[in-house]
Amino acid sequence: MEIKKGIPVSPGFVVRDAFVLDSEEVRIPQRFIEPDEVPGEIEKFEKALSYACEEIEGLRDQAAKSVGPEYGAIFDFHKAILEDKQLKKEVEARIKNNKFTAEYAVSRALRKQAKSLGSVENPFFSQRVDDIYDIEKRILRSLIGQRRESIKELQNEVIVIARDLSPSQTATLEKTKVVGFATDAGGRTSHTAIVARALGIPAVVGLGAITSDVSGGDVVIVDGTNGLVIISPDERTLKKYRTLESDFKDFQKKLAILFDKTAETIDGYRLKLMANIEFPEEVDSALSAGADGVGLYRTEFLFSDHSTPDEDAQFRAYREALKKMGDRPVVIRTFDLGADKAPGDIGLMRESNPFLGCRSIRYSLLHIDLFKVQLRAMLRASPFGNLRIMLPMISSVDEVRRTKVLLSDVMEELREQSIAFNPDIEVGVMIEVPSAALTVDILAREVDFLSIGTNDLIQYSLAVDRVNERVADLYQPVHPAILRLLREIIQTGKSHGIDIAMCGEMSAEVIYTILLLGMGLDVLSVTPVNIPEVKKVIRSVTMKEARETADIVMHLSDAKSAESFLRARAHKIVPWLA
Amino acid sequence: MSKSLEVVLPTENGLHARPATKFVEMASRFSSDICISKDGTSVSGKSVIEILTLAAEYGSKLLISAEGEDEEEAVEALVKLVEKSFQE
Repeated sequence: MEIKKGIPVSPGFVVRDAFVLDSEEVRIPQRFIEPDEVPGEIEKFEKALSYACEEIEGLRDQAAKSVGPEYGAIFDFHKAILEDKQLKKEVEARIKNNKFTAEYAVSRALRKQAKSLGSVENPFFSQRVDDIYDIEKRILRSLIGQRRESIKELQNEVIVIARDLSPSQTATLEKTKVVGFATDAGGRTSHTAIVARALGIPAVVGLGAITSDVSGGDVVIVDGTNGLVIISPDERTLKKYRTLESDFKDFQKKLAILFDKTAETIDGYRLKLMANIEFPEEVDSALSAGADGVGLYRTEFLFSDHSTPDEDAQFRAYREALKKMGDRPVVIRTFDLGADKAPGDIGLMRESNPFLGCRSIRYSLLHIDLFKVQLRAMLRASPFGNLRIMLPMISSVDEVRRTKVLLSDVMEELREQSIAFNPDIEVGVMIEVPSAALTVDILAREVDFLSIGTNDLIQYSLAVDRVNERVADLYQPVHPAILRLLREIIQTGKSHGIDIAMCGEMSAEVIYTILLLGMGLDVLSVTPVNIPEVKKVIRSVTMKEARETADIVMHLSDAKSAESFLRARAHKIVPWLA
Repeated sequence: MSKSLEVVLPTENGLHARPATKFVEMASRFSSDICISKDGTSVSGKSVIEILTLAAEYGSKLLISAEGEDEEEAVEALVKLVEKSFQE
C-alpha cells in the first residue's frame, strides 16, 4: 500500500480501479489469469519479447543505414533491456506466483525498474526512464494488440490517472464512468481541477509521480478532501474509505437539503453566500446549492478561441445568467487575462513577466474598442436582472476613473440608439494587488463594492508563484501578513460603509470559514460545489465564537500554527478534514 | 569459490546506457553468475537496467565478481573492458 500526497482540488472520497492514461491512451484490460493459464501466458510473454526484439533489430538496421551506425546504438540498449534476464525472471515470477496477465506483469516489473531508475539524481541515468516506458509500450503493443480499451469506451467506473489532463482529453472522456482524477502535474486552477469540480468528483493533482506507480486496474483511493491518493490499499484502509465514500454521499444529500436555508450563524448573524461561475450553465448549480447570488462571473471563456467575441454573444451570455438569478445580484468581472489569451493578433505578444504585465484592467484600458464592446454588452443586459460590474487587478484609483469615463461614453451611445440600460449600475473592484489593499479608503469613495481576490493577493504579497512546485508551499493564506492585509481591507471598507466580499479560493476552504466570518466579511463567493459545506459551518457557530477565533489567529506569529488551530476548530464541524 | 577484482571507472559520463549495454553483452558470453558492486550495493552484471540503477559515475570504485566455471576469465575480461573505457 502506498500513500501519496498532492494538492486537493475537489472534495470527496472514492475507491475504484485505476485507468492510467498514457500518451497512447491504452488501458491494460485484464490483470489476472487462472492458474492453469500460467504456462500459456509465459509463452505469450516470451513470444512478445522476441517479436519486440525483432522490431528493434529492424529499427536499428534501418537507423544505421539511413543515418549512421552511431544512431543504431540506442536500439542496442533497448535490445539489451529486452534480453535482460533479470527482467524476464521478474515478469515470469509475477505471472507464476501472482497469476498476473503477461501485460500486467510486464507493466509492474518495468514500472518498478523505472521507479528506482527515476530516483537517481544524475539525469544521464534518470532520463533513461523514458526508454523503459518505450519498451513497456512496445511489449504491450504486441501482447495486447487489438485488445485495446480507450478512454472513449469505458465500460466500468474508473479513477483516471494521468500526467495531466488536457482540455481535448477531458472532452472525450466518458463522463458518466469517471469517478475521480489524480494527476502528476497541475495546481488548484489547472484544467483537471476545474473539470473535477464541475463534475463534482474528487480530484488530487500535483502528485509528482503517480503515473509511474499505478498500473491500469490497480485499486486506488482518491481522497480529494485531504489531498491523498492511496494505491493498492490494505483491508483496513479500504474499509475506512468505503465508509467515508458512502458517508460523504449521505452528507452531500443532507447538505443539499440545506439549500433553502440561509447562511446564518446560531446567533442570527447573516452572511451572504454567493457562487463563482464561468459558464451560464453553472448558474443552475448555483441555484440548486441555494446561492444568494453570483459573486464572480468570469468572462474569459467568451474569449477562448482567440477571436473577438461578438457583442451579441456576450450580451446573450450575461442576460441568461441574469434572468436565471432573478433579483439576486450577479457580479460580472471584466476581461481578466493576459495578452497571451487575448483575441486577435495582439495575442501573439509574449511578455517575460506576464504576472506583472499587461493583463486584466490594463489590457482593457489599452484596448478601448474591446473594452467598450464588453461594457456595451453588460449595459444592454442590465435591465434583465441585478448586474454589477467588477474590475479586476485594480492597482490605483485612476483605473476606476478611466473606466467610469468609458462607461458614461457607452451609456451616451446607447441613449442615442434608444437601447435600454440601467443607469445606476453598480461598479466595484477586486482587491488583489497590494497597492489596492493598502488604499481601500481611496477606492471606497469611488466604487460601490469590493471583492477580495485572495489567489492573486496572496501571490503578490508573499512573492510566491503558487504553480511553481518549488515554492508552492510558501503560498500561505493565513500568513500573518495576509491576515493583517485582510483586516485592513475589511475594517477600512466598513468604515466607509461599503460591502466587502471575498471571491478567491480561500473563501471556499471550510477551515477558513470561521476565521473569515469573525473578521467581518459580508459576502463569501465560492464554487457551487462548496456552498453546502461552507453554509453548514456558518450555521454551526455563533458570531461571538467566530470573532474570538479571529482574534486568536491574528495573534499567532506564523501560518503553520494558524493552520493547525483552524483545522482543529473546523474538524469538530466537518469531521473528515484530516 | 569466486573471483573478484576492483576497478576504477574511467569513462567520463559514468556507467550509462552505452557502456552498460557493452558490459552486459560481454558478461552474457560467460556461464558464471556475474555481479557488480558499488559502495556495498550489488547488482547482476547481466542486467542492463540494474547496472544503470547503480548510477556509477566517473572515478567510482567498482567490484566485479563472478562465480562459476569460467569465473577467472569472466572477471579478467570484464575488468579489461572497463579499463579500456568499453572500447572493444
